[in-house]
Amino acid sequence: MIETLVPRWPYVCTVVLMLVGLYGMLGKQNLVKKLIGLNVFQTAIILFFIVQAYKTGASVPIWDARLGAVADAYVNPIPHGLMLTAIVVSVAITGVALALLIRIHRNFGTLDEPELLDAMKRSP
Amino acid sequence: MAESALPILILLCFMGGAVAVVLATLRRPAAAWPITMVAIAAAFGFSLRLLATVLDGGAVRHRLGGWAAPIGIELVVDGLGAFVICVVTGIALLVGCYARWAVRREIPERESTFFAMVLVLLLGLSGIVLTGDLFNLYVFFEISSLAAYALIAVGDKRAVVASFRYLVLGTLGASFYLLGIGFLYTLTGTLNMADAATLLPELAANPTLRVSVAMIVTGVGLKMAIFPMQGWLADAYTHASTTTTAIVAPIMTKVSAYTLIRVLGFVYGFDLASGRLPIGTALAWLSAAGIVVGSVMALAQTDVKRMLAYSSVAQVSYIGLGIGLAQPWALVGAVLHVLNHATMKCCLFLVTGTVQLATGGRTLDDYAGLGRRMPWTFGAFTLAALAMIGIPPTGGFFSKWYLTVGALEAGAGGLVVVLVGSGLLTAGYMFRLLERVWARPAPEMVMRPVGAAAIAPIVVLGIAVVVFGVINTWFVTRVIMPSLPGGMGGGVG
Repeated sequence: MIETLVPRWPYVCTVVLMLVGLYGMLGKQNLVKKLIGLNVFQTAIILFFIVQAYKTGASVPIWDARLGAVADAYVNPIPHGLMLTAIVVSVAITGVALALLIRIHRNFGTLDEPELLDAMKRSP
Repeated sequence: MAESALPILILLCFMGGAVAVVLATLRRPAAAWPITMVAIAAAFGFSLRLLATVLDGGAVRHRLGGWAAPIGIELVVDGLGAFVICVVTGIALLVGCYARWAVRREIPERESTFFAMVLVLLLGLSGIVLTGDLFNLYVFFEISSLAAYALIAVGDKRAVVASFRYLVLGTLGASFYLLGIGFLYTLTGTLNMADAATLLPELAANPTLRVSVAMIVTGVGLKMAIFPMQGWLADAYTHASTTTTAIVAPIMTKVSAYTLIRVLGFVYGFDLASGRLPIGTALAWLSAAGIVVGSVMALAQTDVKRMLAYSSVAQVSYIGLGIGLAQPWALVGAVLHVLNHATMKCCLFLVTGTVQLATGGRTLDDYAGLGRRMPWTFGAFTLAALAMIGIPPTGGFFSKWYLTVGALEAGAGGLVVVLVGSGLLTAGYMFRLLERVWARPAPEMVMRPVGAAAIAPIVVLGIAVVVFGVINTWFVTRVIMPSLPGGMGGGVG
């Protein structure tokens, strides 16, 4: 168990981060904390992609005459490119979510889930 | 595979339309609806043309920027994709005709942003159907979802809360999907669907493959509202505005179902996906549970819109069940149900919206005697309701028939019981409503007038429900069977 996990510690870290995010989303009662949990979860996935692109001792994926056309000399640029898009998506979602939270607070005066459910029952 | 510009033209219609709506309404707010309709009509035209092209000469593709796959991203459309894109744009066109009247009534001050968002939603949904690249699919997933969150938030007071819940769960689903393709990418080094499909069989023994299938099915299942992940759906559909529900409910979960068929059937292959983990069986039985839960919850509702939302959970689960069985007849039923459920659910939600706008009524009792006051509307409503129950010759009967045949052939007797039993439950909640509509005396009340442009799409959908039932063999033999994954169509005798 330990022997398999230690060399893969970056992956273990992303899984831990993912669980932290899931806990935030499911275990917290405040909607802002749920959103933060969601962001942590998304960040964990972004790190997961970046970790698998990493190669020990490799350079940035920009052509360098001293390194030549050797694939192992450069880190894999595709996951980085993909995650750039994923970050944009995650920013857009955070923006929409925050806008929704402002509206929720205006409508019901609270962002605490049990209080919100109460307020929703009382309002028609 | 033939090259064709049609797939990209459909996407450009929606993209250009959305930009044009925003720019044009800066000066003329009234321009929003006509521009939206032109964009949707053009996209529908291209979709029909695409279907004809694909039926004649097989799948087509478009290389974005001229880059060949797997380096570049390509749009690929086969019979299945062309079929689903026609459903999406066709439903959008009919809801668009209706939207002018409803949006003016419900959200007059936000007309232009509403129509821009509808076009962005359609851009995302058609992108999902047309793309041949797994990561591209994720991006389109999120484009459509972002537009849907915004659209759903425009409703009654609680719609914002429903939209936030949907946002959290929807994003979680998309994240699981992204994680799944992350594993797939580690395994194969490619994101192109066709390329991955050729590389995966050699890697069948690799445990990473199972993890990636499980992640993708969980993620897409969340978006599709497969039991036990259906919690977001009822609130979102109930509290959203009329037009939003009428466009989101019929097509959004169906497009997720299409994604599931695409990924399980064409990228992994059903045998490979279910090889070591019983993904298919699990999906079939969870869907069966979803059918029961959705039908029972629908029976317990008094708010008609909420009742239909729960019935959507059940109906989407029919499609999930067909995919889970991975049996040719069951898949035919699942794909046919995409069309049938989109048609009938769109009709039903348009009618609930019309009733709400004309009389302000939402509950079962508010519908008492309305059949005499709105005969055309409720004539179509009745046809769609009969199709939901599965009474021949409506379309709903045939898709359930194929699903039942598939379940029998696969030897899953328990699923047959669920399929037949849920028909009875559906009859229970639908007849309860139909009895009030037709058998009670017409109410003495002043109704706000309903425009002919709002009634026409409802009647068209009502007729379509029957027509699609009568000509269902054309869809099955010409469109669906030739495009089943891995030559499965040959297994249908």
